[in-house]
Amino acid sequence: MAIEVRIPTILRTYTGGAKAVEGSGTTLEELFGDLDARYGGLRERLQDESGLRRFVNVYLNDEDVRFLGGLATPVKDGDTVTVLPAVAGGAR
Amino acid sequence: MLTLHPELRDKIVSHARADHPDEACGVLAGPAGTDRAERFIPMLNAARSPTFYEFDSLELLRVWREMDGRDEEPVVIYHSHTATEAYPSRTDIALAQEPGAHYVLVSTRDPGQVEFRSFRILDGVVTEEEVRFTARAGEPAVE
Repeated sequence: MAIEVRIPTILRTYTGGAKAVEGSGTTLEELFGDLDARYGGLRERLQDESGLRRFVNVYLNDEDVRFLGGLATPVKDGDTVTVLPAVAGGAR
Repeated sequence: MLTLHPELRDKIVSHARADHPDEACGVLAGPAGTDRAERFIPMLNAARSPTFYEFDSLELLRVWREMDGRDEEPVVIYHSHTATEAYPSRTDIALAQEPGAHYVLVSTRDPGQVEFRSFRILDGVVTEEEVRFTARAGEPAVE
């Protein structure tokens, strides 16, 4: 078993169009590293030096990982990680 | 071009007026691949701000999953500007991350006048498009 990662439309250019891919790791950061080995450039769209990118939402199963442990959040086989770009903007 | 029923426009405008002076935001969902806006989904503005909007992250997950389950897409993503024109700001352009969506902007700066415009925002490029209002099957035509 592996960890399923659901990829939003805007990042499917990195996954050859796939809506979901599989990866492994014990933390979110390891999982992103594992994905980046096969889908080069993907990690950079998800995180920067300071952690998760501000306008990308990452969920472990039903929870926003910002309320868990961010990139250090433990993950395990059978989990589903969902990536959704934030929907945001405004006159500011 | 964005085509939608005038009732959906009215719901967006009502939402924008109700939340004024804060920005209002939401989605019109439609069957995947049809580009047809059908279902009105007002969203919380987690920023509760007159100059910024952001969908609440957990509501975003819930609504996006629900659309997936119904084989729908976010056809329209709308928000209001409350003191400026209905045109994408630099922030709107920088943060636009749904390449398939029509970005609808409404301005509530003038209580007596409706500004309702639609744009494509792709790779930092804004293209305004025509908005056409259509009746549903069996209804009289709409001006």
